[in-house]
Amino acid sequence: MIYLLIVFLPLFGAIIAGFLGLYHRDRAAELVTVSALLLSLLLSVVTFANVAIGGVSETVNLGRWISSGSFVANWSLRFDTLTAVMLIVVTGVSSMVHIYSIGYMSHDSARARFMSYLSLFTFAMLMLVTADNLVQMFFGWEGVGVASYLLIGFWYKKDSAHAAAMKAFVVNRVGDFGFALGILAVYAMFGSVEFDVIFAQSSVIAAADISFLSYQLPALEVAGILLFIGAMGKSAQLGLHTWLPDAMEGPTPVSALIHAATMVTAGVFMICRLSPMLEYAPFALDVITVVGALTAIFAATIGMTQFDIKRVIAYSTCSQLGYMFFAAGVSAYPAAMFHLTTHAFFKALLFLGAGSVIHAMSDEQDLRNMGGIWKKVPVTYVMMWIGSLALAGFPFFAGYYSKDMILEAAYAADSAVGGMAFWLGCLAAFLTAFYSWRLLIMTFHGAPRASSKVMAHVHESPRVMTLPLLILAIGAVFSGWLGYELFVGHDMKQFWGSSIFILPTNLAMENAHHVPTWVKLLPIVLATSGVALAVLFYGYLTSMPARIAALFRPVYLLFFNKWYFDELYDAIFVRPAVRIGKYLWQRGDKDTIDGFGPDGISAFVYRLSGVCSRVQTGFVFHYAFVMLIGVVVLITWYYFRFEGV
Amino acid sequence: MSVSWPILSIVTFMPLAGVLFLLMIRGDEHILARNSRRVALWVSSFTFFLSLPLLFGFDSTIIGYQFEEKAVWLAGTGIGYHIGIDGISMPFVLLSTLLTPLAILASWKAIAHRVREYMIAFLVLETMMVGMFVSLDMLMFYLFFEAVLIPMFLIIGIWGGSRRVYAAFKFFLYTLLGSVLMLVCILVMYVDAGTTDIPALTEHQFAGSMQTWLFLGFLASFAVKVPMWPVHTWLPDAHVQAPTAGSMILAGVLLKMGGYGFLRFSLPMFPLASEFFAPLIFTMSIIAVIYTSLVALAQTDMKKLIAYSSVAHMGFVTIGIFTMTEQGIAGAMFQMISHGLVSAALFFSVGVIYDRLHTREISAYGGVAAVMPRYAVFFMFMMLASVGLPGTSGFVGEMLVLVGAWHASSWVAFFAATGLVLGAAYMLWLYRRVMFGAIINDEVKAMEPMQMREFSIFLPLSVLVLLFGVYPMALLDVMAVSIQFLLDGLSASGLSVLAAR
Repeated sequence: MIYLLIVFLPLFGAIIAGFLGLYHRDRAAELVTVSALLLSLLLSVVTFANVAIGGVSETVNLGRWISSGSFVANWSLRFDTLTAVMLIVVTGVSSMVHIYSIGYMSHDSARARFMSYLSLFTFAMLMLVTADNLVQMFFGWEGVGVASYLLIGFWYKKDSAHAAAMKAFVVNRVGDFGFALGILAVYAMFGSVEFDVIFAQSSVIAAADISFLSYQLPALEVAGILLFIGAMGKSAQLGLHTWLPDAMEGPTPVSALIHAATMVTAGVFMICRLSPMLEYAPFALDVITVVGALTAIFAATIGMTQFDIKRVIAYSTCSQLGYMFFAAGVSAYPAAMFHLTTHAFFKALLFLGAGSVIHAMSDEQDLRNMGGIWKKVPVTYVMMWIGSLALAGFPFFAGYYSKDMILEAAYAADSAVGGMAFWLGCLAAFLTAFYSWRLLIMTFHGAPRASSKVMAHVHESPRVMTLPLLILAIGAVFSGWLGYELFVGHDMKQFWGSSIFILPTNLAMENAHHVPTWVKLLPIVLATSGVALAVLFYGYLTSMPARIAALFRPVYLLFFNKWYFDELYDAIFVRPAVRIGKYLWQRGDKDTIDGFGPDGISAFVYRLSGVCSRVQTGFVFHYAFVMLIGVVVLITWYYFRFEGV
Repeated sequence: MSVSWPILSIVTFMPLAGVLFLLMIRGDEHILARNSRRVALWVSSFTFFLSLPLLFGFDSTIIGYQFEEKAVWLAGTGIGYHIGIDGISMPFVLLSTLLTPLAILASWKAIAHRVREYMIAFLVLETMMVGMFVSLDMLMFYLFFEAVLIPMFLIIGIWGGSRRVYAAFKFFLYTLLGSVLMLVCILVMYVDAGTTDIPALTEHQFAGSMQTWLFLGFLASFAVKVPMWPVHTWLPDAHVQAPTAGSMILAGVLLKMGGYGFLRFSLPMFPLASEFFAPLIFTMSIIAVIYTSLVALAQTDMKKLIAYSSVAHMGFVTIGIFTMTEQGIAGAMFQMISHGLVSAALFFSVGVIYDRLHTREISAYGGVAAVMPRYAVFFMFMMLASVGLPGTSGFVGEMLVLVGAWHASSWVAFFAATGLVLGAAYMLWLYRRVMFGAIINDEVKAMEPMQMREFSIFLPLSVLVLLFGVYPMALLDVMAVSIQFLLDGLSASGLSVLAAR
């Protein structure tokens, strides 16, 4: 019962809020959704204690969903440690975001609709993390996609907002294309889509081949990579990341909840969930590692150059997700989940802090128009500091434990891809610290660059907004320290139980605790130098960034224009699709099919009858002439015929 | 379940009885129109309620036909009056009886002239549709199958848009061409088997070479109806010119006649040919999915866009049927029912705003969501159902078809799955251009909010789409035994594809 309530309370809240919205009862909608979420959070904590700490996994079967022949997908909720961790993250961040939104959206006319969407999202996310089979996971997966679509396009009158919403959905669909094929591949091999069956048979199927697009390929590798394509879409990994920065068009609480803490981590969760299968797919894991590592560094390079406060944080999210993926790729799933959890707190904190800044600055988002406001928004300022310290991985903040763990695991994996991930991850750590402090300094310090009208209006946010910040800040400070032993330390094996499986031969996680000292120190050194450089550039030598940008102009432009991914995709996918569509329509349907088909035939018949009717001129001499010719022909024919005989 | 009265015949011919009522109405034009609407709505609603026992009295555990009725018609010829339903036809009967009253309700205001004749056409259409689905005699089937054309031809040709005559003739010629070939095949089959009784023909073994020709003859007819690429070009024109209600029935029920025909005739009667031609069908279907999705992207007319999307969705249906797997066929069936509900609702969505602005051009709209928020919710929901969102009926069919398709070949599944991406692209783009953005057209600003009548059309469709999305077993259980029976028949004829299921 508790389990059901956790998942369905948010849905209940969403439905009630939706109806209340029709009658403009915004306050009531806020109350309903927030209390539903808080209750759900409370129950999640209870569940976490039972399941994760107490070690009692449970599955609640709700009945059949799709069943045809041997294809069976049930509605079934699975509660093990992996789920329990996600429950805390999702309901925790979501309830904070719900509360924060009361303040942030207070000037909006459709608050009930907003709260309803938020709760709907939370429901879909909970369905995703409690899924007991791949198809139900796909339900949650697409459900969060729709909620994200609705929320990005919440201000639907803005062209950029609904463009971004659509882009997010369609790019995610590209990933889901892979996910769907992955489900099919899994079903083809295992004859089931249920996790228990898949996991139990993975070691047996590992040696099997599958015929995919006329190639005989190792079955689990194919399934693993296809499913990972789905994860790439949802978690904005290199290649399918283009929607995430644009998604910042949504209201800031949405960015915090969906595009930082929860939905985008669904891909990481999926990979960890599938660990018993992926462990037997080493090549797929290598792919995951490489993509993750490349994303980590790629997104960081862009983050350095952006001026929109939310976009900087968005690229940072993208980069951090890369860390989580390469951790999972080297079989350090616990480290990935650990970073997922700590990241949820500090990234939500950063986003909500950014929201607080935007709120204070009369909806200004451009870093170039900020500066010099730290005295006016002291709470937000401190919160942003805490978030940045945690993100950069300074000792005793949350990110310190989890990010270092990932880098150490990558090093300890002792493989080519692991090594690559380690070095790229270290470089990204340096860049992370750099852009974080660039953001801090440009936002809060220096001379004010906003108009005096905006500056006069700068104010600290109301308590309904700062309180959630405070709670998240506690998480950002302590979650690493508190979770360390459980997630990745001595109690790791007992904590995760059977929810995460690592082959005994994959030692990254074991050896991560015994890496050389320089490996442990390197991230901190890099982070400190990143901060130092940012302080130097943006605090003192303020002309330096522009000069360096001018010096390395091509590189700068590449980073600033996001490696031209949008332009590239536009040129090779979007515009050709429409052009081909037009071509097929005009040339294919109209000219060819209709031209030779109905229109052509009817035109032909029409012409033919025209010819026939023209013969009947009505002039007697015409008929007489034709008759004469006919007689001549007949006679000739007879003559020659008999002549021949 | 045995019933003492011929319920299936009553359901089939009740609308025709309604036509008699309509003919009796007297009065000036205004009263005539008002009363015709009411009578038509009452009759079709009553028919729907009469058809409910078919659903609740249906025993989904038994093989074969239920509610069977047999009567001597042409004694001694092997041709008779034989009707009945199984798990494959029952859902279609209900779909027809449900959509007809909704379609009549949808034309309440939009049709202002010759209302009585319009309503007569719709009621006749309903009888023909239901009759076609319940026929268990091939000749009866053919008569109903062809007769469906006539009222629809009139509905498009008389109450349609500006190019209605062109569209009506295109529609008629295309479908007639196919059916002539089918008629030839029916005669050949009659000569070969000596009967036109469908269950008997299903038992009959046609020679291999004959199967090939028969299959192609039926294909010509069914492919046009589905419609499959490349004989789909009548559909966009017909939809664009048809009145809203006509489009609802056309997309909702008439397109399903082809798919139903494949399941009732092609597969069970010509199994060898079906297996032989499956790759051809797959190719045509995949082209349909990709080609028409791309074409849909380029459309500037709302109805045309949705019409092309129908072709793409029906591509999934034909793929599913010819995978000859349980999941594929169940998925195809499910997709047909789901598409019946969703596309009817989508065409109605277009009709709702067409009634207000009298244009189907997408560019004339923009920002409608601000003026009609409740309408925006329904349209959004149906749009998402159309792109196959899990939790709506659209997903279940697509997923099962893909499962079956992978079994046939991963290539088929791969190409079919691209429909997921393309479908999302054109539908979301449509929604975005119509509903979102700032209002640029002043007429949009003046659009009335949704009315109760429109609400009452959307609501049942939405409830069903959601129900079938969350609890698809309501439908899958009904079909399972019949599909199993069909597949057993196929494996009895020694098809190799059926080795594993």
